This record gives sequence, structure tokens and C-alpha cells, in this order.
Amino acid sequence: MDKKYGVYICEGCGIGDALDMKALCEIPEEEGVPVKTHPVLCGKDGVALLKKDIEEGTNTLVIAACSRRVNFDVFRFDGCIVDRVNLREQVVWSHPRSEFPALTEEQKEDDEHYDRLEMLAQDYIRMGMARVEKIDLPAPYKLDNFSRKILVIGGGVTGMSAALDAAKTGFDVTIIEKNAVLGGNANNWRKQLPLKSPYEQLTPPVVAQMIQEVASTSNITVKTETMAARIAGEPGNFIVTLKKPGEKMEFDVPYPLPDEMKVDDKGKELTAEQLHEKFMEYNQGKNDILKIDPKGEAFGAVILAAGWRPYRPKEGEFSHLGYGELPDVVTNAQFEEIAKKGKIIRPSDGKEASSVVFIQSPGAGDDDADFEYAGSVTSLVALKQAKYVREDFPEGKAFVFYQHMRTPGLSENFYKSLQQDPGIFMTKGEVTQVSKNGNGLIVEAENTLLGEKVQVKADMVVLGTGMVPVTKDDPVVNLAYRQGPGFRDNAIFQDYADSNFICFPYETQRTGIYAAGGIRRALTVEESMEDASGAALKAIQCINSANRGVSVHPRSGDMTFPDFFFQRCTQCKRCTEECPFGALDDDEKGTPKPNPTRCRRCGTCMGACPERIIGFADYNIDSVGSMVKSIEVPSEDDYDEPPMRILGLICENDAYPALDIVGLNRISYSADVRFIPVRCLGSVNVIWIKDALSQGLDGVFLLGCKHGDDYQCHFVKGSELAEVRMKKIGEALSSLALENERVAQFQIAIDEYDKIPQIVNDFVELIEDLGPNPFKGF
Amino acid sequence: MTEDRGAPASESIMVVGGGISGLTTAIEAAEVGYEVFLVEKNPYLGGRVSQLNQYFPKLCPPSCGLEINFRRIKDNPNIKVFTLAEVEKVTGTPGNYDVSIKLAPRYVNENCTCCGDCAAVCETEIDSDYDLGMKQIKAAYQPFEMAFPARYVLSPKIIGTEDAMRCKEACKYDAIDLEMETNTVNLKVGSLVWATGWDPYDASKIDNLGFGQYENVITNMMLERLASPNGPTKGTIQRPSDSKDIESIGFVQCAGSRDENHLPYCSYICCMASLKHATYIRERYPDAKIYIFYIDLRAPGYRYEKFYKRIKEDPNVFFIKGKVAEVSEDPKTKNITVVAENAVTGEKVHQTVEMAVLATGMQPTAASAKLPAELTYTEDGFIINDFEKGGMFAAGCANKPADVVSSNQNATGMALKAIQTLVNR
Repeated sequence: MDKKYGVYICEGCGIGDALDMKALCEIPEEEGVPVKTHPVLCGKDGVALLKKDIEEGTNTLVIAACSRRVNFDVFRFDGCIVDRVNLREQVVWSHPRSEFPALTEEQKEDDEHYDRLEMLAQDYIRMGMARVEKIDLPAPYKLDNFSRKILVIGGGVTGMSAALDAAKTGFDVTIIEKNAVLGGNANNWRKQLPLKSPYEQLTPPVVAQMIQEVASTSNITVKTETMAARIAGEPGNFIVTLKKPGEKMEFDVPYPLPDEMKVDDKGKELTAEQLHEKFMEYNQGKNDILKIDPKGEAFGAVILAAGWRPYRPKEGEFSHLGYGELPDVVTNAQFEEIAKKGKIIRPSDGKEASSVVFIQSPGAGDDDADFEYAGSVTSLVALKQAKYVREDFPEGKAFVFYQHMRTPGLSENFYKSLQQDPGIFMTKGEVTQVSKNGNGLIVEAENTLLGEKVQVKADMVVLGTGMVPVTKDDPVVNLAYRQGPGFRDNAIFQDYADSNFICFPYETQRTGIYAAGGIRRALTVEESMEDASGAALKAIQCINSANRGVSVHPRSGDMTFPDFFFQRCTQCKRCTEECPFGALDDDEKGTPKPNPTRCRRCGTCMGACPERIIGFADYNIDSVGSMVKSIEVPSEDDYDEPPMRILGLICENDAYPALDIVGLNRISYSADVRFIPVRCLGSVNVIWIKDALSQGLDGVFLLGCKHGDDYQCHFVKGSELAEVRMKKIGEALSSLALENERVAQFQIAIDEYDKIPQIVNDFVELIEDLGPNPFKGF
Repeated sequence: MTEDRGAPASESIMVVGGGISGLTTAIEAAEVGYEVFLVEKNPYLGGRVSQLNQYFPKLCPPSCGLEINFRRIKDNPNIKVFTLAEVEKVTGTPGNYDVSIKLAPRYVNENCTCCGDCAAVCETEIDSDYDLGMKQIKAAYQPFEMAFPARYVLSPKIIGTEDAMRCKEACKYDAIDLEMETNTVNLKVGSLVWATGWDPYDASKIDNLGFGQYENVITNMMLERLASPNGPTKGTIQRPSDSKDIESIGFVQCAGSRDENHLPYCSYICCMASLKHATYIRERYPDAKIYIFYIDLRAPGYRYEKFYKRIKEDPNVFFIKGKVAEVSEDPKTKNITVVAENAVTGEKVHQTVEMAVLATGMQPTAASAKLPAELTYTEDGFIINDFEKGGMFAAGCANKPADVVSSNQNATGMALKAIQTLVNR
């Protein structure tokens, strides 16, 4: 587009009182850019002024007023490039004239005094002008082939529920189920937990009814004894190869090389070509991920509802409870199978088992944890199965030993309904031993509500073992992604395919693939069905977003996507490896292949690229680099003791809002720092830092989200990757004879705004102690 | 986002309640491509979670996710937000509802720049609802710093007084409009999602636990506000009677919950919340003794169990299994004695602490006043979802007690149910 520039400076909210407007206007004027000031730019008159100029052709606006977090709708002009220069929160509100005095006429003339605040505002105007010069309006990315079909992996309650929900919303769905019939685990149940209020009665499993409903829904296709050999492509155009379980085929998904195979005998890194060769050897008989199956079926999005399997105790595990040695000690899944077949009988001799002990926690003493992979479901299942005992035998007795009865929320009603039953005994207790007692069993427990030490005779003992996500055994989704076939980071959740975000439970780091049900947590049927609806919504939303050419959460609606200048790519593979979402695949030479609809637009690839060939229409190496270069660095030629110049690259998701709140609270901090918001610290390219230091800035710091297992980074890995890069930059600095301390990274949560001034001031002080950058003035 | 209160649309969804569940439903539906009206009775969005210091088990601030959600609203013209708004009447059938919304006056228009000049001159002070009455604020106020919409509000208390005039005169931007009146907006929508959330159970109804009688007995939500950097004490937690640093503190679980006389159900979050509160105390007082009186510690699943385990490792956190029977105060020291029967040993435990926190449960807002629509409820006021009928759905804690993750899963699902009604009508 032919840019016609305009700079607009608001005088409201104290800006005009604190700053020399005339001096500010001189900056655009010197560049020949028209500039206007207005007492209240966001008011009706102000907006009218802007609109009039836009009508007359201005299409590239620098609006120097308040934070972009406010008046977002007032200053949004379709078809125009707009940069919001934050003179209010980041300049005048956080730097009162009482602390940063203006110069007297005499002081203006000498070499001793300077106006820190005016300098700050002027730099921000320059930076805004530099940015708009380097950015363009985005155009949406459109896929050539587009599918609106949804693939559901897993035909259990969750999968069928998701399929029905998506189908009812008008989408075509295919369910693949590895078994011969739909229904999953629920097929093995006698009854199921109550689905709705008052949550008191067991109900027949809903699964049979669901299977019928699925069968009678015309836009659901069911493929049993089928699994995904691989899922290639990207949202809106996933190309899926299906196969029979156990079948081996060339479109089986290949696995990435283990780290130890990525080096030669001497420990030297292999070249991209060598790596690819090894990769193909390692995956003998399988096609590379980039080879698209001509017979593959296209889907727009995937719901991962492959569920869970009952925990299988290892040999010798729970031997104190007799498991493995005494045939009448079984897991809850085994017990359910027995109960499903008919009256409860014990495995050892087929005799009716009318007295059953249920154990919820394998430990004793201080270890009051439930069995691994348990949740509140396992507490509820014990109660359900206790009821079976009572259903089958009028004189039956069920004992439930728990450390904590976990029936949260309204499921408490179910627990309470059992308390009325004189044949069900429930007590806190630490079960210490289960042993043989004649024909039966004897359970010993301590610290129970019934007494310090109790012994209970039983026909059977049932262990409340957990629900293991199938992702523990197998990636299941089998993504033909260079980063590998499964989700990353499931280890944080004990191999469940869960989200680490409390606010955003459908985040899976793999765009377009949404996990639901027992694969993400031990959930009840009711919870699984709700979760299925949520996953179906997300799948539909992703398809619609891909179709519109916009990003999904967290940069929902963003139309930009990374653009690569491939001629200069050196095939270093960093972008492919570092992308938190696995959006990039590289070919046999190591050249990345972008999959724009997998991308979340965080810019981590841009930050990783040493050749600086990746950028977005409105956010790229040049746009930020030019902002850095536009910062004026006063030297001793200008003043006797010039102020420091420090660059702060800040995460726009959390640190930037926090900085706004600092301003809103009128808390002050050094005026020698220039902030540039970045999409994520992961997008910070070290060239910006090197450029800053080589042009004489005295220090650079990054301010972003917390990382580690409880990461708060909205792009999962960004702040962590940035930290790795910053450590590496230290070496580069040493070679330039610059102190490592000149570059730093700080972690901040959004509510820790009160800590920012201290962080900033301490860093400035540290840099002042180090002294000016020796490159200053060159 | 727009605040255009103009023409009603037909292909649209209304979400009632702008807390975390309502926000999730509204945004998720809008990002599919539907028009959404989000109706919130407070002058700000965020609801209950905006009052929390941190979420369990990550100990991260709710404002982090709220800020992202607010940005999603700002970037999405499909969402129309009404604050200070309450649904007055809903008539019609699934796919075709007429809704009247009553909009209370804010007395501050879109010219507001949040400069704070009105608050500076305002002399009247009111109790801050946001801070649960623990703080006095000016009657011209911004509910909290990150409030969205970022706009001041005038308390109706000062309307017609000189104070209001002072505020108006102080405003340089002509943002104060004292002529604003309550008005009604009528909208046509295809479906509604009720995400009307919960209120903390009124602890003063639990006679034996001393809330309202003893200064040093507070509720868990009050502790959240005290721990919050933007709370009445800027994050310091001291005992209310004398602002003393805390050496011992007791947590009374199931304060109202799992109790036929109060809330017969389990409120789902209070165990995890108190464990989280133990971390608040520990962060501020490395040696304080923390006593947690509980019936069952409901920390199910890997992540919650791990969190519980971490806190259990702290030698100065003591867990006592037993329901608290009585709480009393030593009038001299203002210390609190918690009496519970240890359910395991049978012995009566008398534990004196400097302050006690009641883990009060959640009560659905519909428990106090039924919603103006044809809905069915449990005895306790939770809305029962009728998916066969469709059209109107409950999301989050309006439907059942739940933590934030489960509420968000549920709320995302309800967005789809609402869309289904539009597609199939």
C-alpha cells in the first residue's frame, strides 16, 4: 500500500501539561510527516479529526496518546495501519514533573542539563514512526484445500458425545475406534454413576443409547477397528491415513531420532542431510512426514478422545494388600467386569462374594494419597460398586476404607445416599495388610473411625486403582510432525493429555487437536460428556478460524502469519525445533515448511532464526530493529554526563499490562528505559540486542512471564527459550568486551506490577555502575 | 468489543454473567463466528475470580487469563458487553427469545479516561464491594486497576448531592453524566447461557463458628482479598483486631458445606483453596503454625494430590481430621480457640490460634433470587440443564459447584449447546 503518514498527539490526561508539545511535533515535522495535536483525541472532535484525515487519504497513523489497552475501539480504523504510542501510562503518568523537572530556558542552552521526560516522549514518537514505516497490513492466509470434517479418535462415551455434538451443529464427523464396537470402557460396566441431579441413583450405562444415536445420525461415519496411522497437514487440511490396529504400513508415523543419534561417533552434530538419512534409516519402511498419502482423507480438526485404560499393577506392587498373590484381591476394573457378568462371585472358587472391602489408598501412615491415576472418580466408583454388593445380596456387606472420601461438588449427594444404607460401612482408615483367612480374606486397618486397629473379614478385596490415559502408552494422535507424533510436555500431567492453563483448558500445543474426557484427567461420564462438548466447540472454532485465515487463541483473530525468505535459509532447523506448537516441518535438507494454520503467531520462530528471514506483516526483525535504531543515544558530545539508554523488551501479554498499571497508580521509575512490546519473549531475536548495544545503548533487559512446570507464558515455551538465548548472548558479549550483566531477563506475573519499578531501577543502577557502553558515539 | 446498544440481532446468543464462565462461553461462541451479548450486573467483567489473589494449583494470578480474555473481547466485534445490567424478563422458546435487560446508570460515559480527577475531589466514601467491605473507597471509583471496561463509575449514593457536582466539575473530559437513568433494552436472541455464578455462603448464618462476632474470624474470600496485591492491605495478611503479624492460624473446612443445616453439598473448591491459603501464609510468615481442620481433604487427581503433598511436607502445617464444633474468643487476647473432635482418635481438640479462616462454600446466585426465566433448579438453587429442550443452559457454578478449570470446560461446552440451538431452530 502507498502509505500516507500522519502523527497525532493527544494533549489530554496530563500529556499536554507535562510535555513540550511543540518540541514533540518537531520530530515528525523534521521528517516531513504531518502532525496534529488535539486536547482530547479520543473525544468526538478528536476522532472526527482522525476520520477526516483518513477520508483525505491518510492511512498510516501514529497515535501518541494512551495505552493501546484502552480506547482500542475508538482508535481502530479499518484499512489503516495504526501504532499506539503510549505517552500516558508509560510516560507522563509514571514520570511526574516533580521528579523529572522540565528545563528552564537557561538550562536548555547548557551541556549539563537535559529533560529526561521530554527525551522519553520524543523517543517513543520516533519509535512509533519507525514502526509504521516498516509494517504492512496483513492479508489472511487461505488454504488451497479446505475440509470442514471433524475426526474423532475414540468411540467411547467422550468420543461419541463429541461426535454427536459436532454433528448436531452441522458438521460431518468420522469416529475411529480401535475396537470392533463402539462404547469403550463403558461397555464393561454394569451401571454408571448418576448423570444428573439429585445424583443419588445409579443408572444403566448411557453408552447403548449413544451407540444407537450415533448410528442414526446421518452425518457421523463410524470406522471400527480403525486407528490413525498418521495425521499429516494442518488444521483445515489434515490428511489422515487410517489403518487396522496392528497393521504395518509405509504411512505409519515416523518417530524423531533420539538425541544420542543426532551426533556422530565423535559427538559432533550431524548435518541436516545426514540427520535426515539417519532418520529414514531409523524409521525404515515408513515414509517421511512430508510425503502426503494420496489416499489420505482430509479433515479440518481432530478431537482426541481415546480415553483411558484401567491401571495394571506391576508385579509385586501392592503385595501388602495381597494383590497378585490372593486371587480374590482385584482391581476396581476387574470387579466391574465380574459385576457386569452377573451376581458377584469371587475369582478363586466362584462362590458368591457378599462381603467386600474397597480400598482407596494403598499407603499407610503419612502417605494418604489415593492410588496413582485416581481422581474423585475412583472414590465414586468404590461407592457405586459397594451398591452392587447390596443389590446382589440382601445381607451383603461393603466396607470402604478411604483416607479421604473424594466426592466433590454435587457428587456428595451420592455419597450421602449411601450413608443411609446399613450394609455399607465407610470409614477413614489406613489399610496395612490383606491376608488369607481360611477360605476368605482378612483386612487389617489402623486409625479408622471404628477404632485404632480393626480387622474385617471379607470374601473379596477391591483396590481403587486409577485410570491411565492411553497417551501413557502411545502417542495415539500419530502426528506427522517433525517434532514428533505426540503432544509435548504430557510428563507434567503424568502423561495425561491435559492443558497447563487453568483459564484455557483446551490448549494442547497442537492447534486443531483437542483432547477431551479420560485422556486428560480422571473424569466421570457426566464430566466427560461436558468436556466433549467443549472439545467439539474448539474443533469447530478452529475450522472456522482457519477458513477465515485467522489465528486461534491466544492471538484469536490475528491475520498475520510468519513469512519466510527462503533464499537465505541456512537450514539450521532452529525454527522447526523451537516452535512451541510444532507448526514447522523441515525437509530432507532442513528447510522449514511452514504450516500456517498450525501457527499461533507468537513469533518464536522469528526469535530463533539466526539469519533473520522470518517475519510477520506487522511485526518483524526490521520493524523492531528500526524502533531500536530510532532511539537517540546521547553521548558525551551532547552532554557532560549523558544519561544511560536502556532497552526493555517486554511481553505484551502480561508485562505490558502490568506496566500500564504502574502508570495508572502513578508509580515512577527511571526515564532512561525505552520499552518495546513483543508478542512473546520467544520472539525476541538476539540481533535486536546486538544492534542496541552496538549503537551505544548501555543495557538491554527482557521482561516476561514465568517459566518452569507452572509456566505462565501464553505461548508455553517463549520465556524459557528466551532465557536460553540470553545465556548464549553472554558469550557473544564477552567477545565484544562487554559485560554479561548488560543483558538480563526478568520474570514477572501480571499482578506483580509493584515490583516493576524496582526491577527497572535496579537494572538502571547496575548499568550506571558498569558505566557507559564503550561503543557509544561510534 | 462494542458497547453499541442499538438494534437487536437475530442470530445471536446471550450470556448472562461476566465471570470466568460467562466470559469463556461468550468469547468461545463469538470466536466461532456468532454474535454474543454479554450481560453483567457489576460495573466490570471478571466476577468472582477477579477477587482472587491466585489460582490453585499453579499459584498464578487470575488477572493473567482475564487480561487475555479481555483482549479477545476487544479484538472481537461480535461481542457486545453490557455492564451494570440485569436480565429482567425472558419470554419465548428455544431459538427465539425476547429478553429485556435493565441497565443501571453508571453516570460516567465513554469519554472517561480513567484519569482519576473525579475520585480526587469526591468526599463521600463507600464500602468497596469488590473488597468485601474491608476497604472504604471514594464514591467515584474504578472498581480495580485492571477492570474492564476501563472506566470509572459513580455510586448512586452521591447522585443529587454536591459531591456528584464536584465530580462533574472536576472532569475535564465531560465524562460525567448525572442525567443518566435506568433504561431497558430489548433484545432478540436464539439462545441464552446463564453463567450467574455463586456467592460465598453467608458465614454469619453459621452460629457456632463466630463469624461476625469475633474480629479475628474471617472467611476464605476475605483472605483472598487480603492476600491480593491490589487488596485492602496491599497483600499483607495480619490479624484484623490488632494488625499483628501472624504466628498461628486455623482453617475451618466445610464452614457451611456438607451440612444439612446450611449447604448439603460439597462446595468443591474449599479444600484446595485452603491448601493454597496455607501457601499465602507461609510466603509471608516462614514460621507461622497453620492448622487445617477438615472432614476429607478433597484434592483428587495427580495435580491436586501433588499440591497437597507439597504442603503436607511443611512441618508447621498440621492437618486435623475433624469437624469443628465451636469457635470461641478470648476477649483479652482476641485469640480464637477452635474446638473439634478428632474423628480418628475421638479426642476433643482445643486449638488456640491468633486468627481463624472459615472455608465458606459456594451458593448459586439463584439460591437467593430465582432468575426471570423458565428454568428448573435443584433444591439448592443450581440450574438443571435440560439438553433435550435446549435454548437455555447453565454454565459454570450456576450449574454446579466446580473449580475454574472444570467451569471453563463446562462453559466452553455450553457455548456449543447455545450454537446448536441457533443452527437447529
